[in-house]
Amino acid sequence: MTGRVFMGAAVIALSACSTTGGNESAASTGSAADTGDVPYASTYEPYPGVPTALVGATVYDGAGGRIDNGTVLFRDGEIVAVGGADLSTDGYQRIDGAGKFVTPGVIDIHSHLGDYPSPSVDAHSDGNEATSPMTPEVWAEHSVWPQDPGFSRALANGGVTSLQILPGSANLTGGRSVTLKNVASRTVQGMKFPGAPYGMKMACGENPKRVYGGRGRAPSTRMGNFAVNRQMWLDAKAYADGDRSKRNLANETLAGVLDGEILIHNHCYRADEMALVMDMAKEMGYKVTAFHHAVESYKIGDLLRENDVCSAVWADWYGFKMESYDGIPENGALLQQAGACVIIHSDDQDGIQRLNQEAAKAQAAGARIGIAIPDEVVIGWITLNAAKAMGIDEMTGSLQSGKMADVVLWNGDPLSVYSRPEKVWIDGALMYDAMDAKRRPVSDFELGQPGEGDVK
Amino acid sequence: MIRSALLAATALLALGTPAAAQDFDITGATVATGDGSDPIEGGTVSVRGGRVVYAGPASGAPAASGTAVDGTGKWVTPGLFAAVTSLGLADVDAVDESNDTAARGSPFSAALDVAPALNPSSQHVLVSRAGGVTRASVTGYPSSSIFAGQGAIVDLGDDPMMVVRPRAFQMVALGEAGARLGGGSRTGAHTLLRNALREAGQYGDDSQLVGRAVQPERDRSGDDLPIDTRLLDNETERASDTLLTRFDAAALVPVVRGQQPLYVLVERAADIRQVLSLPREFPNLRLVLVGASEGWMVADRIAQAGIPVIARALNDLPVSFEQLAATQSNVGRMARAGVQVAIGGLDGGTDGQPRTATQYAGNLVALSRVPGADGLSWGQAFAAISSVPAAIAGFEGRLGVLANGAAGDVVMWDGDPLELDSAPERVFIDGVEQPLQNHQTRLRDRYRDLDESDLPKAYDW
Repeated sequence: MTGRVFMGAAVIALSACSTTGGNESAASTGSAADTGDVPYASTYEPYPGVPTALVGATVYDGAGGRIDNGTVLFRDGEIVAVGGADLSTDGYQRIDGAGKFVTPGVIDIHSHLGDYPSPSVDAHSDGNEATSPMTPEVWAEHSVWPQDPGFSRALANGGVTSLQILPGSANLTGGRSVTLKNVASRTVQGMKFPGAPYGMKMACGENPKRVYGGRGRAPSTRMGNFAVNRQMWLDAKAYADGDRSKRNLANETLAGVLDGEILIHNHCYRADEMALVMDMAKEMGYKVTAFHHAVESYKIGDLLRENDVCSAVWADWYGFKMESYDGIPENGALLQQAGACVIIHSDDQDGIQRLNQEAAKAQAAGARIGIAIPDEVVIGWITLNAAKAMGIDEMTGSLQSGKMADVVLWNGDPLSVYSRPEKVWIDGALMYDAMDAKRRPVSDFELGQPGEGDVK
Repeated sequence: MIRSALLAATALLALGTPAAAQDFDITGATVATGDGSDPIEGGTVSVRGGRVVYAGPASGAPAASGTAVDGTGKWVTPGLFAAVTSLGLADVDAVDESNDTAARGSPFSAALDVAPALNPSSQHVLVSRAGGVTRASVTGYPSSSIFAGQGAIVDLGDDPMMVVRPRAFQMVALGEAGARLGGGSRTGAHTLLRNALREAGQYGDDSQLVGRAVQPERDRSGDDLPIDTRLLDNETERASDTLLTRFDAAALVPVVRGQQPLYVLVERAADIRQVLSLPREFPNLRLVLVGASEGWMVADRIAQAGIPVIARALNDLPVSFEQLAATQSNVGRMARAGVQVAIGGLDGGTDGQPRTATQYAGNLVALSRVPGADGLSWGQAFAAISSVPAAIAGFEGRLGVLANGAAGDVVMWDGDPLELDSAPERVFIDGVEQPLQNHQTRLRDRYRDLDESDLPKAYDW
């Protein structure tokens, strides 16, 4: 029942994109790799931290593990050990977590922060290159405004430490995504997650046919969506199988997908349409990593499990567009029951601040129909599962020795409405502290403005 | 719609509850009366003839009568009052044919009246009811002018009578939205507003109030505004430079006379100050601020003026230049300054879903534990989605509260209603138990498993 005025923006924002679940080498994607250069390479460097021991808290490790009265040790940017109260904390600054909870940093697989920043004025509308139904040549990172105040709210209220920025869903093929560490920076390169693979955003359903059909051009129907998509892939395969030396930005991205280096994130609501898209992927030789906004995934949990495709879903959004009419709050729980991969995403500058709460609502809806999903598993919906689908799970997403020390200390149960992040570390650096008014980012835009530095 | 009507009937039969108010006593529950006080352990709520006759400690309860309900381990609250929604005005927002929230092409504005467009069978109504929402204010969106038209107070009961009070308030947009609709700037919006109110005042003074032998047929529902005879007058002479249509001018007469509240969409502190000064020119205006993202910056002045606020709970981003100082502490700070503040707003303030009001209220409680932030107590937070919005709507003590004489709108929850894992188990409106089935619950039940070994899912109903 979101108002029409607001729905317009929301519909535009609804998008799905894809990235490759690659490794660090995948960061040099497409033929650019041939030159040995990594364009727009990450310049992110972790900030200094102190060796830290979180003791006495309930620890959810993101991988399904739970330790009561646990100990989490990290130093030099990495998790050193996770264990019980017997773990030695010699050489670490101890933080008493009694009555509190520790989780990995929260990860949002679907955000438009920076591309649709605040203030959301036309001059800032950089999320949809809505001039052609296929724009695999555009890269979301080239639109990211690092001064978007939304990054800081996601950090402070949501404990978000990594996020994928996707181009919008006006286009069948929206372009490349970029994965960021949620650390304030003067440049987008300074936020880019080192070694994260690229994704490519695709969209099925209402948005592309509405945007382009409204202009009297293809696609104007769902069959038009598929026709345009299939021809695009056939052309891309010809490029990929032929001479790649003549550079073509669109085909470089598509070839990267066909090579398995760029992950597909596909905005798609309806079950029947997701099944068709999975068949198209088989026909063309690529893989869908995740369906985003997949409100009808619960109808095809078996298919999604068999095809190893994740569903990135809201807890309870429904009914704002025709293809969301069958959304139900039990979606995530039914998927989990079917053995399929569940991710809670936001696609929203406000929702990204409450992914933990959305996960809790989805869990509760399942519990009411007898699907009991443990808290420690639910935390994985907003941490490790998202990391896997973004191809960064070797580096973050769970509290495991050797991984990045992306950690949230919550002042209570993170699945309770009454809890908030108290401290957030990214690569072992304390980037947010509720107890320290100065330990929170204030963007350039906010300086000298009403409300500067407020708790927000 | 046929199906949902059948379902509703079936559900009522299954529960053995006739579609009439029943007398009941819920005992042993945690009772939150909605008036801002702390919840009461082991409390009793008694309903007789569709009205609450008691809510409080078991010790003071009247003799049991009618149905006994064991509330042990449950929470009992008044039904939620969702302030400023579009409930019943759309089936699917993006499906224009189903959406009556805006009338961009209409020659009318202030005269628009949501009442005839309301659909009590909208799935959004059913889903919200299942989420514990029993009453709401409903408004269209300002679209053809700065005036959105006249909103209604509704109930979400499973019956055709949705309207509780038609023409309950007028809505006007100032700030950036008003500027766009008012010609491109705030100056345009303010001039339109002043002109409209003056024309309405003049029109009201000139109206002949003669009425007609035959009045339009309409539903009466108790305490709504009396029939507007100005719409029926036979006066045709008006100044030649009028901007308002006769209907729009007539619709604004009760506003300028103070008979109908004027809800003002406004966000920026400077814009709020301008609204607070309007009564100097139009002394009878009964104002309500909607939005007020920067209300905390002028909270003392709002409190001093005694003007209530319907605000979004958690918006904390400078999404526009009129919301630069937005903070989740806005509601808490205004409440601390003495402002009567409810959670709500044109975008619901609730992801557009009124049933999530509990989550938003719970977040305001969470803020009370964050250093430097301003939140609400549990009782205040629940009041902000029950008794306070009801009072702003003109139903103080009658809706949104469990108090002697209030409507028998009672929700029994399986836990703390503000917590994420709780949900309503039973919902009563005017003492009538409500069906909680809807499109979503039917899909849920159909797809609880994916077994199609005998027949397709289409036969599972």
